[in-house]
Amino acid sequence: METSQHWRLRKQRYALVGEVCPHCESKIFPPRDICPDCGEDAREMYQFSGRGEVYSHTTVYQAPSGHAENVPYPVAIVRLEEGPLVTAQLTDVGDQPIEIGTPVEMVTRKLGADGERGMLVYGYKFRPALVER
Amino acid sequence: MAENKLLVPDREAGIIGYGAYIPRYRLPVKEVARVWADGKGGLPIHEKAVTGLDEDVITMSIEAARNALARSGIDPTEIGAVWVGSESHPYAVKPTSTVVAEAIGATPHVLAADWEFACKAGTEAIQASIGFVGSGMADYALAIGMDTAQGRPGDALEYTAGAGGAAFIIGPAKDAVCVFEGSYSYATDTPDFWRRANAIYPEHGERFTGEPAYFSHTQTAAESLLEALGATASDFRFAVFHQPNTKFPMRVAKSLGFGQDQIEAGLLVPEIGNTYAGSAMIGLTSILDIADPGDRILMVSYGSGAGSDAFSLRATEALPRRRGSAPATLIYVKRRTEIDYATYARLRGKLVLK
Ligand SMILES: [Zn+2]
Repeated sequence: METSQHWRLRKQRYALVGEVCPHCESKIFPPRDICPDCGEDAREMYQFSGRGEVYSHTTVYQAPSGHAENVPYPVAIVRLEEGPLVTAQLTDVGDQPIEIGTPVEMVTRKLGADGERGMLVYGYKFRPALVER
Repeated sequence: MAENKLLVPDREAGIIGYGAYIPRYRLPVKEVARVWADGKGGLPIHEKAVTGLDEDVITMSIEAARNALARSGIDPTEIGAVWVGSESHPYAVKPTSTVVAEAIGATPHVLAADWEFACKAGTEAIQASIGFVGSGMADYALAIGMDTAQGRPGDALEYTAGAGGAAFIIGPAKDAVCVFEGSYSYATDTPDFWRRANAIYPEHGERFTGEPAYFSHTQTAAESLLEALGATASDFRFAVFHQPNTKFPMRVAKSLGFGQDQIEAGLLVPEIGNTYAGSAMIGLTSILDIADPGDRILMVSYGSGAGSDAFSLRATEALPRRRGSAPATLIYVKRRTEIDYATYARLRGKLVLK
Protein backbone atom coordinates (compact mmCIF):
# COMPACT_ATOMS: atom_id res chain seq x y z
CA MET A 1 0.00 0.00 0.00
CA GLU A 2 1.14 3.54 -0.69
CA THR A 3 2.16 5.87 2.14
CA SER A 4 -0.65 8.25 1.14
CA GLN A 5 -3.23 5.49 1.44
CA HIS A 6 -2.01 4.55 4.95
CA TRP A 7 -2.30 8.21 5.86
CA ARG A 8 -5.86 8.62 4.60
CA LEU A 9 -7.01 5.55 6.50
CA ARG A 10 -5.29 6.36 9.80
CA LYS A 11 -8.28 7.64 11.77
CA GLN A 12 -10.54 4.68 11.08
CA ARG A 13 -7.66 2.25 11.47
CA TYR A 14 -6.06 3.55 14.68
CA ALA A 15 -9.23 3.98 16.66
CA LEU A 16 -12.22 2.41 14.90
CA VAL A 17 -13.70 5.73 13.84
CA GLY A 18 -16.71 5.21 11.56
CA GLU A 19 -19.91 7.10 10.79
CA VAL A 20 -23.40 7.44 12.17
CA CYS A 21 -26.43 7.92 9.93
CA PRO A 22 -28.31 11.13 10.86
CA HIS A 23 -31.52 9.64 9.39
CA CYS A 24 -31.80 6.19 10.96
CA GLU A 25 -29.05 6.22 13.64
CA SER A 26 -27.27 3.26 12.04
CA LYS A 27 -23.61 3.02 13.02
CA ILE A 28 -21.39 2.45 9.99
CA PHE A 29 -17.97 0.81 9.75
CA PRO A 30 -15.89 1.13 7.66
CA PRO A 31 -17.05 4.65 6.79
CA ARG A 32 -18.60 4.88 3.30
CA ASP A 33 -20.61 8.13 3.47
CA ILE A 34 -23.84 6.37 2.47
CA CYS A 35 -25.99 4.53 4.98
CA PRO A 36 -26.21 0.80 4.09
CA ASP A 37 -29.55 0.59 5.92
CA CYS A 38 -31.54 3.52 4.51
CA GLY A 39 -29.42 4.66 1.56
CA GLU A 40 -29.23 8.28 2.75
CA ASP A 41 -26.10 10.45 3.13
CA ALA A 42 -24.18 9.62 6.31
CA ARG A 43 -20.98 11.57 6.94
CA GLU A 44 -21.02 12.29 10.67
CA MET A 45 -17.99 10.76 12.44
CA TYR A 46 -18.67 8.18 15.10
CA GLN A 47 -16.22 6.73 17.63
CA PHE A 48 -17.01 3.06 18.18
CA SER A 49 -16.61 1.71 21.72
CA GLY A 50 -14.32 -1.06 20.50
CA ARG A 51 -16.34 -3.70 22.35
CA GLY A 52 -17.84 -6.66 20.56
CA GLU A 53 -17.90 -10.43 20.36
CA VAL A 54 -16.46 -13.11 18.13
CA TYR A 55 -18.93 -13.90 15.33
CA SER A 56 -16.65 -16.34 13.51
CA HIS A 57 -12.94 -17.16 13.63
CA THR A 58 -10.12 -19.15 12.04
CA THR A 59 -6.34 -19.50 12.24
CA VAL A 60 -3.97 -18.46 9.47
CA TYR A 61 -1.00 -20.78 8.89
CA GLN A 62 -0.08 -19.64 5.36
CA ALA A 63 0.27 -15.90 5.65
CA PRO A 64 0.14 -13.38 2.82
CA SER A 65 3.46 -11.70 2.03
CA GLY A 66 4.71 -9.41 4.77
CA HIS A 67 3.07 -11.43 7.55
CA ALA A 68 5.18 -14.62 7.44
CA GLU A 69 6.84 -13.88 10.79
CA ASN A 70 3.44 -13.81 12.54
CA VAL A 71 2.11 -17.32 11.75
CA PRO A 72 0.10 -18.93 13.11
CA TYR A 73 -2.31 -16.13 13.98
CA PRO A 74 -6.07 -16.01 14.61
CA VAL A 75 -8.41 -13.92 12.48
CA ALA A 76 -12.03 -13.22 13.35
CA ILE A 77 -15.17 -11.55 12.20
CA VAL A 78 -16.21 -9.45 15.17
CA ARG A 79 -19.75 -8.21 15.79
CA LEU A 80 -19.30 -4.72 17.27
CA GLU A 81 -21.77 -3.87 20.04
CA GLU A 82 -23.07 -1.06 17.81
CA GLY A 83 -23.95 -3.59 15.09
CA PRO A 84 -21.40 -3.69 12.24
CA LEU A 85 -19.27 -6.75 11.46
CA VAL A 86 -15.51 -6.18 11.20
CA THR A 87 -12.81 -8.58 10.05
CA ALA A 88 -9.58 -8.28 12.03
CA GLN A 89 -6.73 -10.19 13.61
CA LEU A 90 -7.10 -11.39 17.17
CA THR A 91 -4.12 -10.75 19.43
CA ASP A 92 -2.94 -11.54 22.98
CA VAL A 93 -5.03 -14.69 23.01
CA GLY A 94 -2.48 -16.58 25.09
CA ASP A 95 -3.99 -19.84 26.30
CA GLN A 96 -7.56 -18.50 26.42
CA PRO A 97 -9.98 -20.50 24.25
CA ILE A 98 -11.64 -18.49 21.47
CA GLU A 99 -15.24 -19.37 20.76
CA ILE A 100 -18.17 -17.83 18.97
CA GLY A 101 -19.49 -15.23 21.40
CA THR A 102 -16.19 -14.61 23.22
CA PRO A 103 -16.19 -10.94 24.35
CA VAL A 104 -13.37 -8.98 22.70
CA GLU A 105 -12.15 -5.39 22.69
CA MET A 106 -10.28 -3.27 20.18
CA VAL A 107 -6.58 -2.54 20.66
CA THR A 108 -4.28 -0.60 18.36
CA ARG A 109 -1.35 -2.74 17.27
CA LYS A 110 1.38 -2.94 14.67
CA LEU A 111 -0.09 -4.41 11.48
CA GLY A 112 3.24 -4.63 9.72
CA ALA A 113 6.04 -2.68 8.15
CA ASP A 114 6.90 -1.75 4.59
CA GLY A 115 10.14 -3.75 4.63
CA GLU A 116 13.25 -2.87 6.63
CA ARG A 117 13.27 0.82 5.75
CA GLY A 118 9.63 1.62 5.13
CA MET A 119 7.01 3.00 7.47
CA LEU A 120 5.41 1.10 10.33
CA VAL A 121 1.69 0.54 9.92
CA TYR A 122 -0.63 0.54 12.94
CA GLY A 123 -4.27 -0.40 13.16
CA TYR A 124 -7.00 -2.14 15.09
CA LYS A 125 -6.97 -5.74 16.25
CA PHE A 126 -9.13 -7.39 18.91
CA ARG A 127 -8.15 -9.24 22.07
CA PRO A 128 -10.14 -11.17 24.68
CA ALA A 129 -11.77 -8.56 26.95
CA LEU A 130 -9.40 -7.68 29.80
CA VAL A 131 -12.15 -7.11 32.34
CA GLU A 132 -15.43 -9.04 32.44
CA ARG A 133 -18.45 -6.93 31.62
CA MET B 1 26.11 26.74 45.95
CA ALA B 2 22.64 27.74 44.83
CA GLU B 3 19.68 27.21 47.09
CA ASN B 4 17.68 24.06 47.10
CA LYS B 5 15.49 24.53 44.02
CA LEU B 6 12.04 23.24 44.85
CA LEU B 7 9.91 23.28 41.69
CA VAL B 8 6.43 24.70 42.24
CA PRO B 9 4.30 26.23 39.46
CA ASP B 10 2.20 29.42 39.75
CA ARG B 11 -1.00 27.45 39.33
CA GLU B 12 -1.19 24.26 41.35
CA ALA B 13 -1.22 21.14 39.14
CA GLY B 14 -2.14 17.51 39.63
CA ILE B 15 -2.84 14.21 37.94
CA ILE B 16 -6.30 14.22 36.32
CA GLY B 17 -6.14 10.68 34.97
CA TYR B 18 -3.64 7.84 35.05
CA GLY B 19 -3.26 4.64 33.08
CA ALA B 20 -0.91 1.68 32.92
CA TYR B 21 0.02 -0.90 30.33
CA ILE B 22 1.92 -4.18 30.66
CA PRO B 23 2.15 -6.72 27.82
CA ARG B 24 0.84 -10.22 28.38
CA TYR B 25 3.91 -12.45 28.02
CA ARG B 26 6.23 -13.33 30.93
CA LEU B 27 9.72 -14.75 30.75
CA PRO B 28 10.79 -16.30 34.08
CA VAL B 29 14.38 -15.11 34.35
CA LYS B 30 15.55 -18.58 35.36
CA GLU B 31 15.11 -19.19 31.61
CA VAL B 32 17.84 -16.63 30.87
CA ALA B 33 20.06 -18.35 33.43
CA ARG B 34 19.26 -21.76 31.90
CA VAL B 35 20.37 -20.68 28.43
CA TRP B 36 23.33 -18.48 29.32
CA ALA B 37 24.65 -19.56 32.74
CA ASP B 38 23.95 -23.31 33.14
CA GLY B 39 21.07 -22.28 35.39
CA LYS B 40 23.56 -20.91 37.91
CA GLY B 41 23.75 -17.58 39.70
CA GLY B 42 21.31 -15.45 41.65
CA LEU B 43 18.20 -14.04 39.99
CA PRO B 44 17.56 -10.29 40.36
CA ILE B 45 13.80 -10.63 39.77
CA HIS B 46 11.24 -13.43 39.32
CA GLU B 47 10.04 -12.76 35.78
CA LYS B 48 9.76 -9.97 33.23
CA ALA B 49 7.06 -8.74 30.87
CA VAL B 50 7.70 -9.25 27.16
CA THR B 51 5.89 -7.59 24.25
CA GLY B 52 3.91 -9.54 21.66
CA LEU B 53 5.01 -9.52 18.01
CA ASP B 54 2.66 -6.62 17.25
CA GLU B 55 3.58 -4.37 20.17
CA ASP B 56 6.04 -1.53 20.60
CA VAL B 57 6.30 1.75 22.50
CA ILE B 58 3.67 3.32 20.23
CA THR B 59 1.01 0.66 20.78
CA MET B 60 1.70 0.38 24.53
CA SER B 61 1.56 4.18 24.90
CA ILE B 62 -1.79 4.29 23.09
CA GLU B 63 -3.37 1.84 25.53
CA ALA B 64 -1.95 3.52 28.65
CA ALA B 65 -3.11 6.90 27.29
CA ARG B 66 -6.63 5.56 26.65
CA ASN B 67 -6.75 4.32 30.26
CA ALA B 68 -5.59 7.72 31.54
CA LEU B 69 -8.22 9.45 29.37
CA ALA B 70 -10.99 7.17 30.66
CA ARG B 71 -10.12 8.09 34.25
CA SER B 72 -9.75 11.81 33.48
CA GLY B 73 -13.22 12.21 32.01
CA ILE B 74 -11.92 14.96 29.69
CA ASP B 75 -12.32 15.12 25.91
CA PRO B 76 -9.04 14.27 24.11
CA THR B 77 -9.29 17.49 22.08
CA GLU B 78 -8.74 19.41 25.35
CA ILE B 79 -5.18 18.02 25.65
CA GLY B 80 -2.57 20.69 24.89
CA ALA B 81 0.52 18.47 24.75
CA VAL B 82 1.26 14.79 24.08
CA TRP B 83 4.74 13.92 25.33
CA VAL B 84 6.21 10.42 25.25
CA GLY B 85 9.42 9.58 27.11
CA SER B 86 11.22 6.40 26.07
CA GLU B 87 14.55 4.94 25.07
CA SER B 88 12.95 2.52 22.62
CA HIS B 89 10.94 4.77 20.28
CA PRO B 90 10.13 2.61 17.20
CA TYR B 91 11.48 5.21 14.78
CA ALA B 92 14.88 6.90 14.99
CA VAL B 93 13.29 9.88 13.24
CA LYS B 94 9.49 10.30 13.35
CA PRO B 95 7.76 11.00 16.61
CA THR B 96 5.99 8.35 18.66
CA SER B 97 3.85 11.17 20.06
CA THR B 98 2.09 12.08 16.79
CA VAL B 99 0.85 8.51 16.30
CA VAL B 100 -0.33 8.37 19.92
CA ALA B 101 -2.01 11.78 19.65
CA GLU B 102 -3.78 10.75 16.44
CA ALA B 103 -4.95 7.41 17.87
CA ILE B 104 -6.47 8.94 21.01
CA GLY B 105 -8.11 11.81 19.10
CA ALA B 106 -5.94 14.65 20.43
CA THR B 107 -4.86 15.96 17.00
CA PRO B 108 -4.42 18.43 15.35
CA HIS B 109 -4.37 21.41 17.76
CA VAL B 110 -1.72 19.95 20.01
CA LEU B 111 1.97 20.13 20.85
CA ALA B 112 3.50 16.69 20.35
CA ALA B 113 7.07 15.60 21.11
CA ASP B 114 9.22 12.69 22.23
CA TRP B 115 11.46 12.92 25.27
CA GLU B 116 14.75 11.20 25.90
CA PHE B 117 16.82 10.69 29.05
CA ALA B 118 17.37 6.96 29.51
CA CYS B 119 14.99 5.78 32.23
CA LYS B 120 13.74 9.19 33.35
CA ALA B 121 12.40 10.46 30.02
CA GLY B 122 8.85 9.93 31.28
CA THR B 123 9.23 11.93 34.49
CA GLU B 124 10.89 14.74 32.52
CA ALA B 125 7.66 14.87 30.51
CA ILE B 126 5.79 15.10 33.83
CA GLN B 127 8.00 17.99 35.01
CA ALA B 128 7.38 19.80 31.72
CA SER B 129 3.65 19.08 31.95
CA ILE B 130 3.48 20.60 35.43
CA GLY B 131 5.17 23.71 34.04
CA PHE B 132 2.95 23.81 30.95
CA VAL B 133 -0.24 23.49 32.98
CA GLY B 134 1.08 25.50 35.93
CA SER B 135 1.90 28.48 33.72
CA GLY B 136 -1.56 28.44 32.15
CA MET B 137 -0.25 27.69 28.64
CA ALA B 138 -2.56 24.67 28.56
CA ASP B 139 -5.18 23.07 30.75
CA TYR B 140 -4.08 19.50 30.15
CA ALA B 141 -0.89 17.73 29.10
CA LEU B 142 -0.35 14.00 28.58
CA ALA B 143 2.98 12.64 29.87
CA ILE B 144 3.93 9.04 29.08
CA GLY B 145 6.88 6.91 30.19
CA MET B 146 7.07 3.66 28.20
CA ASP B 147 9.73 1.21 27.15
CA THR B 148 10.31 -2.16 25.64
CA ALA B 149 13.70 -2.59 27.10
CA GLN B 150 16.70 -3.66 25.11
CA GLY B 151 19.43 -5.96 26.36
CA ARG B 152 22.13 -7.99 24.67
CA PRO B 153 21.39 -11.73 24.83
CA GLY B 154 23.17 -13.19 27.84
CA ASP B 155 24.07 -9.76 29.26
CA ALA B 156 23.20 -8.89 32.87
CA LEU B 157 20.54 -6.51 31.52
CA GLU B 158 18.69 -9.37 29.85
CA TYR B 159 17.74 -10.71 33.27
CA THR B 160 15.74 -7.58 34.08
CA ALA B 161 14.84 -5.69 30.87
CA GLY B 162 11.02 -5.77 30.78
CA ALA B 163 8.28 -3.87 28.95
CA GLY B 164 5.46 -1.55 29.97
CA GLY B 165 4.81 1.89 31.37
CA ALA B 166 2.26 4.49 32.30
CA ALA B 167 0.47 7.62 31.12
CA PHE B 168 -0.61 10.62 33.19
CA ILE B 169 -2.86 13.49 32.24
CA ILE B 170 -1.66 16.54 34.14
CA GLY B 171 -4.12 19.37 34.75
CA PRO B 172 -5.29 21.98 37.26
CA ALA B 173 -5.31 20.78 40.89
CA LYS B 174 -9.04 21.41 41.32
CA ASP B 175 -9.88 18.47 39.00
CA ALA B 176 -7.04 16.21 40.13
CA VAL B 177 -7.01 12.73 41.68
CA CYS B 178 -3.73 13.74 43.30
CA VAL B 179 -1.90 17.06 43.43
CA PHE B 180 1.79 17.84 43.11
CA GLU B 181 3.05 19.44 46.35
CA GLY B 182 6.41 20.12 44.75
CA SER B 183 9.12 18.47 42.70
CA TYR B 184 12.87 18.54 42.34
CA SER B 185 15.38 17.60 39.63
CA TYR B 186 19.02 16.64 39.98
CA ALA B 187 21.44 15.84 37.13
CA THR B 188 25.16 15.34 36.55
CA ASP B 189 27.28 13.98 33.70
CA THR B 190 27.78 10.39 34.86
CA PRO B 191 28.65 7.67 32.28
CA ASP B 192 26.96 4.62 33.82
CA PHE B 193 24.92 3.41 30.81
CA TRP B 194 24.56 4.46 27.18
CA ARG B 195 23.71 3.39 23.68
CA ARG B 196 25.44 4.97 20.68
CA ALA B 197 23.29 6.18 17.77
CA ASN B 198 23.42 3.08 15.57
CA ALA B 199 24.03 0.42 18.21
CA ILE B 200 21.26 -2.12 18.83
CA TYR B 201 22.16 -2.87 22.45
CA PRO B 202 23.20 -0.52 25.25
CA GLU B 203 26.52 -0.62 27.12
CA HIS B 204 26.91 -0.22 30.84
CA GLY B 205 29.75 0.70 33.17
CA GLU B 206 29.54 -2.60 35.10
CA ARG B 207 30.13 -1.84 38.81
CA PHE B 208 29.80 1.87 38.10
CA THR B 209 26.00 1.67 37.91
CA GLY B 210 25.37 1.55 41.67
CA GLU B 211 27.03 3.99 44.03
CA PRO B 212 27.92 7.12 41.99
CA ALA B 213 25.00 6.68 39.62
CA TYR B 214 21.69 5.24 40.90
CA PHE B 215 22.17 5.67 44.64
CA SER B 216 23.80 9.08 44.63
CA HIS B 217 21.20 10.62 42.30
CA THR B 218 17.99 9.10 43.67
CA GLN B 219 19.05 9.70 47.25
CA THR B 220 20.10 13.32 46.67
CA ALA B 221 16.92 14.11 44.72
CA ALA B 222 14.69 12.56 47.38
CA GLU B 223 16.53 14.17 50.30
CA SER B 224 16.55 17.60 48.64
CA LEU B 225 12.82 17.42 47.95
CA LEU B 226 11.98 16.27 51.49
CA GLU B 227 14.16 18.98 52.99
CA ALA B 228 12.58 21.71 50.85
CA LEU B 229 9.11 20.52 51.83
CA GLY B 230 10.07 20.14 55.48
CA ALA B 231 8.93 16.52 55.32
CA THR B 232 10.33 13.17 56.41
CA ALA B 233 9.73 9.59 55.29
CA SER B 234 7.10 9.06 57.99
CA ASP B 235 4.90 11.79 56.44
CA PHE B 236 4.34 9.55 53.40
CA ARG B 237 2.13 6.50 53.18
CA PHE B 238 3.77 5.38 49.93
CA ALA B 239 7.06 5.77 48.08
CA VAL B 240 8.14 4.50 44.68
CA PHE B 241 11.61 4.57 43.14
CA HIS B 242 13.08 3.65 39.78
CA GLN B 243 13.43 -0.14 39.75
CA PRO B 244 16.34 -1.56 37.71
CA ASN B 245 16.13 -4.66 39.96
CA THR B 246 14.56 -5.50 43.32
CA LYS B 247 17.59 -4.66 45.47
CA PHE B 248 18.34 -1.07 44.43
CA PRO B 249 14.96 0.56 45.22
CA MET B 250 14.74 -1.39 48.50
CA ARG B 251 18.17 -0.20 49.55
CA VAL B 252 17.60 3.46 48.71
CA ALA B 253 14.19 3.36 50.40
CA LYS B 254 15.75 1.98 53.57
CA SER B 255 18.51 4.56 53.69
CA LEU B 256 15.90 7.32 53.32
CA GLY B 257 13.93 5.86 56.23
CA PHE B 258 11.08 4.19 54.31
CA GLY B 259 9.81 0.81 55.45
CA GLN B 260 8.76 -2.18 53.35
CA ASP B 261 5.06 -1.36 53.93
CA GLN B 262 5.55 2.03 52.23
CA ILE B 263 7.23 0.71 49.08
CA GLU B 264 5.51 -2.64 48.56
CA ALA B 265 2.52 -1.37 46.53
CA GLY B 266 4.73 0.36 43.95
CA LEU B 267 7.41 -2.31 43.70
CA LEU B 268 6.43 -4.14 40.51
CA VAL B 269 9.89 -5.07 39.23
CA PRO B 270 9.90 -8.66 40.62
CA GLU B 271 6.88 -9.51 38.41
CA ILE B 272 7.31 -7.34 35.29
CA GLY B 273 11.01 -6.43 35.16
CA ASN B 274 12.64 -3.07 34.67
CA THR B 275 10.38 -1.03 32.42
CA TYR B 276 12.98 1.75 32.10
CA ALA B 277 11.17 5.07 31.41
CA GLY B 278 7.99 3.42 32.69
CA SER B 279 9.45 1.99 35.90
CA ALA B 280 8.70 4.51 38.67
CA MET B 281 5.62 5.77 36.81
CA ILE B 282 3.87 2.41 36.56
CA GLY B 283 4.67 1.86 40.23
CA LEU B 284 2.81 5.10 40.94
CA THR B 285 -0.28 3.86 39.04
CA SER B 286 -0.33 0.78 41.26
CA ILE B 287 -0.21 3.02 44.34
CA LEU B 288 -3.01 5.26 43.02
CA ASP B 289 -5.13 2.12 42.62
CA ILE B 290 -5.21 1.72 46.42
CA ALA B 291 -4.34 5.11 47.98
CA ASP B 292 -6.88 6.95 50.16
CA PRO B 293 -7.66 10.68 50.00
CA GLY B 294 -5.04 12.64 51.92
CA ASP B 295 -2.29 10.01 51.49
CA ARG B 296 1.08 11.46 50.53
CA ILE B 297 3.19 9.69 47.91
CA LEU B 298 6.87 10.16 47.00
CA MET B 299 8.00 9.21 43.48
CA VAL B 300 11.67 9.28 42.47
CA SER B 301 12.84 8.35 38.99
CA TYR B 302 16.37 7.68 37.81
CA GLY B 303 17.84 7.99 34.35
CA SER B 304 21.36 6.95 33.44
CA GLY B 305 23.65 9.60 32.23
CA ALA B 306 22.49 10.64 34.91
CA GLY B 307 19.67 12.30 36.80
CA SER B 308 16.68 11.94 39.11
CA ASP B 309 13.30 13.65 39.32
CA ALA B 310 11.51 13.55 42.67
CA PHE B 311 7.83 14.35 43.19
CA SER B 312 5.66 14.73 46.26
CA LEU B 313 1.97 14.01 45.65
CA ARG B 314 -1.16 14.08 47.78
CA ALA B 315 -4.26 12.03 46.88
CA THR B 316 -7.59 13.90 46.72
CA GLU B 317 -11.21 12.99 47.37
CA ALA B 318 -11.69 12.44 43.62
CA LEU B 319 -9.30 9.46 43.49
CA PRO B 320 -11.58 6.64 44.74
CA ARG B 321 -14.46 7.52 42.42
CA ARG B 322 -12.35 7.87 39.27
CA ARG B 323 -10.01 4.88 39.56
CA GLY B 324 -12.65 2.36 38.48
CA SER B 325 -12.95 3.87 34.97
CA ALA B 326 -9.97 1.86 33.67
CA PRO B 327 -8.33 -1.50 34.51
CA ALA B 328 -6.25 -1.57 37.71
CA THR B 329 -2.53 -2.07 37.15
CA LEU B 330 -2.65 -5.41 38.98
CA ILE B 331 -5.07 -6.71 36.33
CA TYR B 332 -2.29 -6.26 33.80
CA VAL B 333 0.28 -7.78 36.18
CA LYS B 334 -1.89 -10.86 36.67
CA ARG B 335 -2.78 -11.25 32.97
CA ARG B 336 0.13 -13.52 32.22
CA THR B 337 1.17 -16.12 29.70
CA GLU B 338 4.47 -17.78 30.52
CA ILE B 339 6.93 -18.25 27.66
CA ASP B 340 10.29 -20.00 27.29
CA TYR B 341 13.51 -18.55 25.94
CA ALA B 342 12.80 -19.74 22.39
CA THR B 343 9.46 -17.94 22.24
CA TYR B 344 11.08 -14.93 23.89
CA ALA B 345 13.78 -14.86 21.21
CA ARG B 346 11.07 -14.95 18.57
CA LEU B 347 8.91 -12.24 20.16
CA ARG B 348 11.90 -9.94 20.59
CA GLY B 349 12.77 -10.28 16.91
CA LYS B 350 15.98 -12.17 17.59
CA LEU B 351 15.13 -14.78 14.93
CA VAL B 352 15.91 -13.53 11.44
CA LEU B 353 13.77 -15.01 8.63
CA LYS B 354 15.60 -13.36 5.73
ZN1 LIG C 1 -29.58 5.40 7.66
